Amino acid sequence: MSVMHKILGGAAALALSAGTLVAEPAMIFDLGGKFDKSFNESAFAGAQRWAEETGGTFREIELQSEAQREQALRRFAEAGSNPIVMTGFAFGNVLAEVAPDYPDTKFAIIDMVVDQPNVRSVVFNEHEGSYLVGMMAAMASKSNTVGFIGGMDIPLIRKFACGYAQGVMAANADATVVANMTGTTPAAWNDPVKGSELTKAQISQGADVVYAAAGGTGVGVLQTAADEGILSIGVDSNQNYLHPGKVLTSMMKRVDNAVYQAMTDGPDMETGFNVMGIANGGIGYAMDENNASLVSADMQKMVDDAAAKISSGELMVHDYMSDDSCPALSF
Amino acid sequence: MEKMPAWADAVLVPIISLLLAAILSALVIVAIGEDPVAAVKLMVQGSLGSTYGWGYTLYYATNFMFTGLAVAVAFHARMFNIGGEGQAMLGGLGVAVVCLYMPWPHWSLALIFATLSAAAFGAAWAFLPAYLQAKRGSHIVITTIMFNFIAAALLNYLLVNVMRPKGSMDPATAKFPETTHLPTLHDILEPFGIAFSKAAPANVSLIVAIIACVAVYFLIWRTRLGYEIRAFGHSESGAKYAGISPVKITVVAMLISGGLAGMMAINNVMGEGERLIMNSTEGAGFIGIAVALMGRSHPFGVFLAAILFGFLYQGGAELALWTSIPRELIVVIQALVILFTGALDNMVRMPLEKLFLMFRKGDA
Repeated sequence: MSVMHKILGGAAALALSAGTLVAEPAMIFDLGGKFDKSFNESAFAGAQRWAEETGGTFREIELQSEAQREQALRRFAEAGSNPIVMTGFAFGNVLAEVAPDYPDTKFAIIDMVVDQPNVRSVVFNEHEGSYLVGMMAAMASKSNTVGFIGGMDIPLIRKFACGYAQGVMAANADATVVANMTGTTPAAWNDPVKGSELTKAQISQGADVVYAAAGGTGVGVLQTAADEGILSIGVDSNQNYLHPGKVLTSMMKRVDNAVYQAMTDGPDMETGFNVMGIANGGIGYAMDENNASLVSADMQKMVDDAAAKISSGELMVHDYMSDDSCPALSF
Repeated sequence: MEKMPAWADAVLVPIISLLLAAILSALVIVAIGEDPVAAVKLMVQGSLGSTYGWGYTLYYATNFMFTGLAVAVAFHARMFNIGGEGQAMLGGLGVAVVCLYMPWPHWSLALIFATLSAAAFGAAWAFLPAYLQAKRGSHIVITTIMFNFIAAALLNYLLVNVMRPKGSMDPATAKFPETTHLPTLHDILEPFGIAFSKAAPANVSLIVAIIACVAVYFLIWRTRLGYEIRAFGHSESGAKYAGISPVKITVVAMLISGGLAGMMAINNVMGEGERLIMNSTEGAGFIGIAVALMGRSHPFGVFLAAILFGFLYQGGAELALWTSIPRELIVVIQALVILFTGALDNMVRMPLEKLFLMFRKGDA
């Protein structure tokens, strides 16, 4: 009996290891496309890094239509791709339906929580990073007025704005935050002209530092801020290099790390709720040679202190999405 | 006298157009260093080689049947309805209102009322352009295309501000209740012992679309109204002389057209999405124009052309999944087929007509 067990166990182990050998990860990019200079591109960079380091290959698709969401998930799952990584909250509903049909496949979704046993939901504490850059904005401002330009008006972006406003208030209680959203549709993620107009409007209201959390729209915000001689703050990836000496810092959301981690973990990926914050390096602010002259030692010390306090749990930044309200800013 | 026999008109022209499109597409694929034969195999295998592939092909085809019929009916009255997209969006709104705000005991009842509501919303959206055309002479092409933008803006407003569930980030309505979910082809064919893929979105609205094809045939060729529509389309002054009211025919034909476009929503909104999202139509309203052109505005032609375009869509998705052909190029391939079968129809037709005339002279 025990011999039989061993043989069967051995065969099973062999089958399992054979399975791991053929399973290659898959990456699904949202409708924005993988070269959006922001969110999807960051995910692509993570997948690329994994492929270079391990010599592995991954399947990928850029979606063309809404109906393809479910189709791509099912096709990759049926073809044995494991794990399947996808970017964007829009996958939430679809994944919740598809995941139970493929219990042996692991899924990773970024920016959304899907409560299924085989899904890793990666969400970022954007409010923490926004808090830090908010502090820097308040300290760098001479007019005591700072601006925020969001992309599409969704709770996630309000979460950015709310964290930012709290940071501003923490550094300078007298400061004013001017907040605008670019629009209410997905087109707001890619409207640099509107971003530029909003920046000019905020400058006329006295803002001398603007934070853009608006995907491709942010390119217009950063450009106008540089042209008009005020400071700007980038988002998601390090955008300091876009206008050296004009971008105060960037709020870094390490989507690439999340994708890289999911692919590295492979089919044995641990599932569940995965929060990327300051404490585990998923969120941070960018320092490099392009903004070194803009950030004083004082400023950096204060921000690093705050970051340490947030990591240790001593300082709690209010999350807009926890109760749909913000103590520091009204929308 | 006809310039060429009916079979050549209905079969030969589309086939030659398709071949030309295929050759050009193959050249494009070769140019980016991929194997065109493998690509075609992948497309055929992925869209027709399994019940799963058929499920997607027929799902897309259902959309195109509705919008193709919509354009075809307007064509018979010599009107170019480019507003199928907007009318289908409004149809989606009609479906969402019925499914979300009314309790339904069974999907069949929900389907009947959702279909009516979708058709009513779509027709309502076509009414104003039709009225303006009939009474004021505002060109229907201009007004319907402008109404597409108004429809998108209206839907946008409603989804963001009114119908979006609280706390949700997606500009979309809540999921429709369980009792309004339509049976898929898997559910329909199972009792007959046919195992159809469970994952594919093709659903009972395919049958509604086929019924619509038959109904449009009877409407156009077997009813007085259909006769009036065709007479009006052939000659407005002739129709007037025969006592047909141009205002009435323009408005009625456009209402039917808009209603058909709106009915598409039972497939994509009620059948597939089971909630209303922004851009749920995904250009099907425009594909309808190509489908109607290729199908020569005949319901059976529309039926076949819709399946062809369904194949192109699903085949394109397979290419995107399994090859490194970028998605922009897949759009190019789809566009080539539309270009050849729709816009460049006369390029094939005229030489063919000349050829047939030559042969006929030879006979005589």
